[in-house]
Amino acid sequence: MADIKGTQLIHEYLRHNKKFPHVFCSGCGHGIVLGSLIRSIHGLGLSKDDVCIVAGIGCSGRLAAYVDFNTVHTCHGRALTFATGIKMAKPGMHVIVVMGDGDSMAIGGNHLIHAARRNIGVTALILNNNIYGMTGGQCSPTTPAGANTQTTPMGQMEQSFDCAKLCTAAGANYVARGSVFHVKRLDSMIMEGIMNPGFGVVEIMTPCFTQYGRKNGFKSPVDMFHALKKNVIQSDRFDAIPEEERGEKVPSGVFVKKDTPGLEEKFYEMAARCQGGS
Amino acid sequence: MARPKKKKNKEIFALGNEAVVEGALLAGCDFYAGYPITPSSEIMEIMAQRLPKIPNGSFVQMEDEIGGLGAVIGASLAGRKALTATSGPGFSLMQEHIGYGCITETPLVIVNVMRGGPSTGLPTSPAQGDVQQARWGTHGDHSIIVLSASNVQECLEMTIEAFNLAEKYRTPVILLIDEITAHTREKITIPNEDEFEVFNRTLPTMPPEWYKPYEETVRGVPPMPAIGSGYRFHVTGLTHDVNGFPTSRPDEVRELNERLFRKIDQFLHDVQIVEEIDTEDAEVAVIAYGTVARSAELAVKQARDLGVKAGLLKLKTLFPYPRKATEKLMYRAKTIIVPEMNMGQISREVKRVNNGQVSVRTINKVDGQIITPAEILKVLTRV
Ligand SMILES: Cc1ncc(C[n+]2csc(CCOP(=O)(O)OP(=O)(O)O)c2C)c(N)n1
Ligand code: SF4
Repeated sequence: MADIKGTQLIHEYLRHNKKFPHVFCSGCGHGIVLGSLIRSIHGLGLSKDDVCIVAGIGCSGRLAAYVDFNTVHTCHGRALTFATGIKMAKPGMHVIVVMGDGDSMAIGGNHLIHAARRNIGVTALILNNNIYGMTGGQCSPTTPAGANTQTTPMGQMEQSFDCAKLCTAAGANYVARGSVFHVKRLDSMIMEGIMNPGFGVVEIMTPCFTQYGRKNGFKSPVDMFHALKKNVIQSDRFDAIPEEERGEKVPSGVFVKKDTPGLEEKFYEMAARCQGGS
Repeated sequence: MARPKKKKNKEIFALGNEAVVEGALLAGCDFYAGYPITPSSEIMEIMAQRLPKIPNGSFVQMEDEIGGLGAVIGASLAGRKALTATSGPGFSLMQEHIGYGCITETPLVIVNVMRGGPSTGLPTSPAQGDVQQARWGTHGDHSIIVLSASNVQECLEMTIEAFNLAEKYRTPVILLIDEITAHTREKITIPNEDEFEVFNRTLPTMPPEWYKPYEETVRGVPPMPAIGSGYRFHVTGLTHDVNGFPTSRPDEVRELNERLFRKIDQFLHDVQIVEEIDTEDAEVAVIAYGTVARSAELAVKQARDLGVKAGLLKLKTLFPYPRKATEKLMYRAKTIIVPEMNMGQISREVKRVNNGQVSVRTINKVDGQIITPAEILKVLTRV
């Protein structure tokens, strides 16, 4: 499959025995992430058998069912724990975790920071749409202040998490933020994340018009893509803007890139010593 | 040619918790993930020392019990034999993942060293309060295998049994022990390799394109390839069709749910392990499990010395509840006594089977103390 491209390439990786259509709304960014993930895996030349996609619960979690890899759809918030077991058991496997913002930072927040601290060699894609999509649009840990959701009808009052900063502080090996509008860059971030030896995080800004956009002044899904184009900017440009003028702008790019070996690598090295290897 | 000399059995002096580790390793366990909690922590600590020394062994301490069981499920899907151990509060946290293990048919073993409760309860006192939680703790309706052990040797044997049943039936198996058994040090015999059987999950023999991960088979248990072995399929906690994809079609939903029960319930003779002591002519019989079964055994002997026709049915499988063995006892005995360190979690099963035929007496104790032989003997000689 040397030079197949575009949808032809995507079809190479979809499951033909899976009943389509998929569950995503039109205008949802999750499908774009799926495309980017497939292009990245293809671009790296990985074998389908060596890739395991582990997903949490949420619209984002449904993504795993459609692709022809080893796929595990886990419990809400727990995908990283399953992934840790898989990676420890099969260190040669490329374990990629797909989670929503609620999935990864609310119910799964503890597992996220500990996966980063532990530096397990897993790649986490965090699909941040600032809302709980699947359950009907309740507020999530990244819902911006003032936003209207099903559970913040008068506007969100709590502070929100900065996912990339959280993972950086917790010790992740690779931390990047991109968006589904900037797909070329997203492809390369996912590739870098997969090839990084320790815990890699790619936070992906993605629109949910159905549950977030409609209630917060967006006229159409296209409107939300325009907002991503305008607001998700390179971090050096972001840093140059005075703090009071940043508004809804979000910095993107690669924030952390270390090459510390993953936990599994360290463990098996230690085990080899215990077993009398050199 | 000289006949190979029969290897002498190795004898060691071990804690119940250590015996669990020995049993697990003999059964082929090569993965442990968990979170420490009294009175189960020794299992994890010894695993941390032992696993790096065996080829392919791996160990990881997770951030909580939810993470522990999640990692165990992941490792099992990747082809490992995986164990976690905990006590009451940790066991409560694991419940969602136990259900996930059941519906995805993932073999794994959970040891719950019960402590007094509810809540943080009595961390270093024995109790048997998690019996019904082991059966019904997780949401949704499903079958489950729950075992128990009453002494250190049994800790080893029942852990091997737990792994074997988990692999044979592709299901989580829960082993309940209590603090006394876990922390008692006794001489035990480590069996030689030819003295026990080890079961491994059935691997598919068909080419990957033909493989259906949740298809009906003669035993009701589909073969299970490891992640990364060339069989790519979808695993989900959602109710799924034979291909593993989510479904809500009533016929497919019914088929899956019924098979999950059937694959265990049609093999009760294999799953239900009991031991009978002096039951052939027993007019009064004790049904007991765990440490209490030890007290009961002595009480039954003492009662016999006093001329009472007493017997003991020791339950090593708690669920599916050994109905046949209990019924058999009721044909002869006029009274059944069920002593437990809880307010009656197994006696309700006994009463359900009994359905008013014979008299069922319970002895319940929830003060963090063991039920002594004398306490059981008193009831045995009075009825
Ligand atoms: C233990 C548990 N609590 C709650 C839920 C309900 N639930 C399902 S998905 C979801 C949130 C999904 O939001 P997010 O993770 O942001 O993903 P999205 O749907 O937006 O892609 C919730 C709360 C659940 N499945 N399990
Ligand atoms: S609800 Fe939102 S996140 Fe879910 S599929 Fe629709 S657009 Fe996507």
